[in-house]
Amino acid sequence: MPKTLGKVRPHLTQNEPLLFEQSSAGKKGYQLPELDVPAVDAATALGAENVRAEIAGFPEVSEVEVIRHFTRLSTWNYGIDLGLFPLGSCTMKYNPRINEVVARMKGLAWAHPYQPEELSQGAMEVVALLEKYLAEIFGMDAVTLQPAAGAHGEYTGIMLVRAYLEAQGNPRKKVLVPDSAHGTNPATAVIAGYEVTTLKSNEQGMIDPAVLAAAVDENVAAMMITNPNTVGVFEENIVKIAGILHEKGAQVYMDGANLNALVGLARPGDFGIDVLHSNLHKTFSTPHGGGGPGAGAVGVMSHLEPYLPGPRLKAVDGRWSWDYDRPKSIGRVRAFYGNFGVLVRALAYIMAHGGPGLRNATIDALLNANYIRARLEQHYQIAYEARSMHECVFSDACQERKGVRTGDIAKRLIDYGFHPYTVSFPLIVPGALMIEPTETEPKSELDAFCDALIAISKEIDEDPEMVKHAPHMTRTSRVDEVTAARKPKVRWTGE
Amino acid sequence: MTYPEQFKYTKEHEWVSIEGDTGTIGITFHAQQELGDIVYVDLPKTGTSVDVGQSFGSVESVKAVSDIYSPLAGEVVEVNSLLSESPEKLNEDPHGAAWLVKVRLSSPVDAALMSAADYQAYIGE
Repeated sequence: MPKTLGKVRPHLTQNEPLLFEQSSAGKKGYQLPELDVPAVDAATALGAENVRAEIAGFPEVSEVEVIRHFTRLSTWNYGIDLGLFPLGSCTMKYNPRINEVVARMKGLAWAHPYQPEELSQGAMEVVALLEKYLAEIFGMDAVTLQPAAGAHGEYTGIMLVRAYLEAQGNPRKKVLVPDSAHGTNPATAVIAGYEVTTLKSNEQGMIDPAVLAAAVDENVAAMMITNPNTVGVFEENIVKIAGILHEKGAQVYMDGANLNALVGLARPGDFGIDVLHSNLHKTFSTPHGGGGPGAGAVGVMSHLEPYLPGPRLKAVDGRWSWDYDRPKSIGRVRAFYGNFGVLVRALAYIMAHGGPGLRNATIDALLNANYIRARLEQHYQIAYEARSMHECVFSDACQERKGVRTGDIAKRLIDYGFHPYTVSFPLIVPGALMIEPTETEPKSELDAFCDALIAISKEIDEDPEMVKHAPHMTRTSRVDEVTAARKPKVRWTGE
Repeated sequence: MTYPEQFKYTKEHEWVSIEGDTGTIGITFHAQQELGDIVYVDLPKTGTSVDVGQSFGSVESVKAVSDIYSPLAGEVVEVNSLLSESPEKLNEDPHGAAWLVKVRLSSPVDAALMSAADYQAYIGE
């Protein structure tokens, strides 16, 4: 690796055994006060068969050992606060600290869901405002914030479709899904009781209206569309596609995973979408991955509104209250009103940006992705010629000739100090490298990333074996993912 | 790679071999190569009825989970028990020991299935 490239240098980090391995009998990190109530014998109270003398293998360690253990582990981590996180289709954008400040305001952080309505007006206002702003951004008539994450939002959305069609006398049998879809789409349809028909994409990676028209009949309940799709391309026939589906009485569901490409520029409700979900933990900058939880807001057009999960907010004489009188509702999908702390952060993000700010963020997201595409296009095969939106997808076709696949390139990228891109997805691109930089990356970080990938493509020409055995600079060399998947060890057994 | 002449092939990369009223279904060498290291195979129980074009199971590799579509209509009469313990056999011997299921046919085999030569042309080999 050229010395000037990459963000990493060799650096001492401390090794760390498992807590189980650090255990020695009798160590502890707590002191309990003396009992000030009569002692109860557990065996008498619970029955001797329900009481054990000890928990086998339970680690016994001191307080400082616990602190050091987890602090050391935390230094092994890679996160968005350390650098670019280019996981395509995941929108790993920076989480602005203002979100955290707002979410920690006492009146919000300490609010209890069982507080009476008259003491919860502020929290209810947060929910109402976010619903209103998201409805405007989506171009939809109403929004629910109950679903706890993206797949949950999908499920809620398809259940709304089912309830709506059922009310007309026939829930129908099939859901159409393009072959570029996220795997959660067909899974959602099956869990909601539908059969899935997969539609082949055309040579531009898009839905082919002719293929769709041939597949739509009175048995089709909905089509689930991601737009821009998972190859990062805007489905430019979307209005025509929605027309074909609507003509047969089918609904158009949009997976909003890639909404970061549209906010402030185009509204799904304006191009024929009936129902969509949006991952607030992607597009609206709330913590993502291990930092969750998520939130999967669902937007609907007015004909689906009566079926939304209850209760719904209503304002009477300037006071908010919960409306439980929703006879057509599919019912609750989540306790209380969703992941409230996440909703507060999303609202803070939207209000801090305002309309023009959100639009600028989208434009920067598109610019960053297209900058990466322009820099890498001579070195990696672009999957589809159509213009990229907020992410770009390459294939490893050039590198495969040297026997190096996308997974190997991703491992080598770790040596350069970057989190890998999304590997081998979407499935319609053999050997996919899917890169989504988001709007929050400065040009210097994008350049460092592109330089690293360009350097790797040269390494592949000169020494493919070295790349195939990457990573070389990490704490652990390449792990045996195949054996780990085939013969998983899911708990510590002391071996 | 050789693709057995006596098999018929689908665009979804399954093969079938017909003997009397029973058809054996597997996935092709090309399919396992594209999937990569296979770690889990999900197959139906015997007695399950399958239809042409219908998904009856899935194959999970380190890259992805892929549905297996039935090229045949009928009832599953035998499931390859080898694969639950040793999914790697599907990488090693996809046209032989790692067949997936045997189906008792309820209707004639779809004439649209490809010959070995046509399939090899289809995958560009």
